[in-house]
Amino acid sequence: MTALTVPARPDDTSPRPLPWRRMAWVTWRQHRFVLVGVAALLGALAVCLWLIGLQLHHAYAAAAACQPVNSPICQDLFGSFDVMDGFLANGLILQAVPVLIGAFVGAPVLSREFEAGTFRYAWTLGFGRRRWTLAKLVPLAIAMTAVAGLFGLLLSWYYRPYFAASNPTPQTPFFPGLFDLCGVAFAAWTLSAFAIGALAGTLIRRVVPAIGATLAAYAGLAFAAGGFLRPHYLTPLLTSNPDVPGSAWIVSQWWTKDGRFAFAGRPSMDLLTQFCSSVPVVPGKSKPSVETFAQCLGQHGYTEWTNYQPASRFWPFQWIEGGWLLALSLLLIAVTVWLVGRRAA
Amino acid sequence: MSTGPGPRPGGNVIEASGLGKRYGTTWVLRECTLAIPAGRVAALIGPNGAGKSTLLNIAVGLSAPSAGSVTVLGGHRAGSPAALDGIAFVAQDTPLYKNLPAADLLHLTRNLTRRFDQTYAETRLGELGIPLSRKAGKLSGGQQAQLALTLALARRPRLLVLDEPVAMLDPIARHDFMATVMTAAASNGVSVLLSSHVLAELERVADYLILMSHGRVQLAGEVAGLLASHRVLAEPAAEAGWPAGRPVPDAGRGTAHARLLVRAAADDPVPPGWQARPAGLEELALAYLREPGAAALPAPPVTWGAETTEVTR
Repeated sequence: MTALTVPARPDDTSPRPLPWRRMAWVTWRQHRFVLVGVAALLGALAVCLWLIGLQLHHAYAAAAACQPVNSPICQDLFGSFDVMDGFLANGLILQAVPVLIGAFVGAPVLSREFEAGTFRYAWTLGFGRRRWTLAKLVPLAIAMTAVAGLFGLLLSWYYRPYFAASNPTPQTPFFPGLFDLCGVAFAAWTLSAFAIGALAGTLIRRVVPAIGATLAAYAGLAFAAGGFLRPHYLTPLLTSNPDVPGSAWIVSQWWTKDGRFAFAGRPSMDLLTQFCSSVPVVPGKSKPSVETFAQCLGQHGYTEWTNYQPASRFWPFQWIEGGWLLALSLLLIAVTVWLVGRRAA
Repeated sequence: MSTGPGPRPGGNVIEASGLGKRYGTTWVLRECTLAIPAGRVAALIGPNGAGKSTLLNIAVGLSAPSAGSVTVLGGHRAGSPAALDGIAFVAQDTPLYKNLPAADLLHLTRNLTRRFDQTYAETRLGELGIPLSRKAGKLSGGQQAQLALTLALARRPRLLVLDEPVAMLDPIARHDFMATVMTAAASNGVSVLLSSHVLAELERVADYLILMSHGRVQLAGEVAGLLASHRVLAEPAAEAGWPAGRPVPDAGRGTAHARLLVRAAADDPVPPGWQARPAGLEELALAYLREPGAAALPAPPVTWGAETTEVTR
């Protein structure tokens, strides 16, 4: 075995890497249908939202301009604005857009190569498999984020009347179904969904299971973020003033009596019957308003405390959420590229 | 015509030393040591699961070894840019992007490689009657294999690695495919390494043989040398004893029609009672595969003067 004594030559003579633009054509050629498809679907959705949104804005403008505000005509105008779009008002349908992009664009990018075995072809061509992965993921991620960013702008415009200060029943901009549709959050969630999909595709290497895993992982992340992280981006404000503005996001409420914690959340029925059975019911309403009970309990030595996020924190919260989602996405993409680099065939 | 640097005389296209690959706790490749010289058509033979694909995947840089080392094309690390440039790999079942037309596959390959002979590729596909506008998935199995081979050869590689290239092809497609490989090897000086679980289709074309079983290299060497150093003993007379003291791969234990493959040169004395004749390549391979313990490489020098199989020139 004399011929085995030749030492491995250091790869200092290795050729210069192929230019990135060579891969640009490949990425475009392989994913142009999905890119055009996403653009077309979101474009069609955007046109619908724009048309409905125009009516919504007109109706709101008419109601807001109405004087005097308390006249039955004006109340009717606000009423007709409120019922205008029961379908999209809570944003539930549109919540699915980022995760669908992640599952149907992000997950197949690499898992399809694994499933069809074509990675064996692509990785032995001389572009380098880490660079190949980057050259696929980065442009697609940017394209998806950009499209989602534009769509998010439209959504921000669409939902603006709900948050407007002159709305007699303003919605908090932190409303769980709406916060992540507006501002930069929509684009950030889309990017995260794409990155989750890419990583799932690399780990699972089968298209359909990777799509399923992406849906599950995204749902878990979105739930955890909305329920546990978002309320604590900034320390909530604390007030004992029962008149918290309707646009604020109430994180928690509790009651104290004589400086001691009494109970959390809403007062129990027993307590109300004990102290407030005589509270008059306002004509036309089925039950006494919350404020009336609060006053009644206040007279009996109870104090209501409220932890809340004021509406003015909307943009700081948007940037915080966008920031950590961007960091997470970059991390996931980096892990994906690293996995591809060390992945055995 | 060769646009790339030709194989350097005396260089080895693949050198492996103590190479091993483990998946979980299972070693699919163990203590694999070999050196395949340049300019050969090397056949990697072995039953399914012998570790052939694993060895090839490591050689082309798709997979990293768990033990030992491998270099390609005269000392380059497997999978390094220089190695990727010089080796064209056609994987098992010739995976291609099925939804891309042949023309786009040429474009893709041209974009992602440093060398690509577009004229050769187009001419060759024309000869094969494969329309450039046809999607790869719409081609017949034989045409897909030919397309994959054309893409590989258009890269002007120094080494062409083919994993079970003809396993899925019908006999005519097999013949045509191997003819293309042989033309490339003969006219462009491309070194070829191809694996198969059947020797028959490689017997005529291979001039270097590597035999694997159970994750180990059992036999490796020039075909001519292997044939010269083995012969078959047959038709024993009734009184003939078993030839003793030799590494004797067995090719049939029946007493009346016993055939033994023995490692011996042509001028070695024939044991009394036996008829000797030259061994065929398939016969030789089958005998070794039946006796996985026999004559693993490198063979020790044999006292009675037979040639040992050599892995280097």
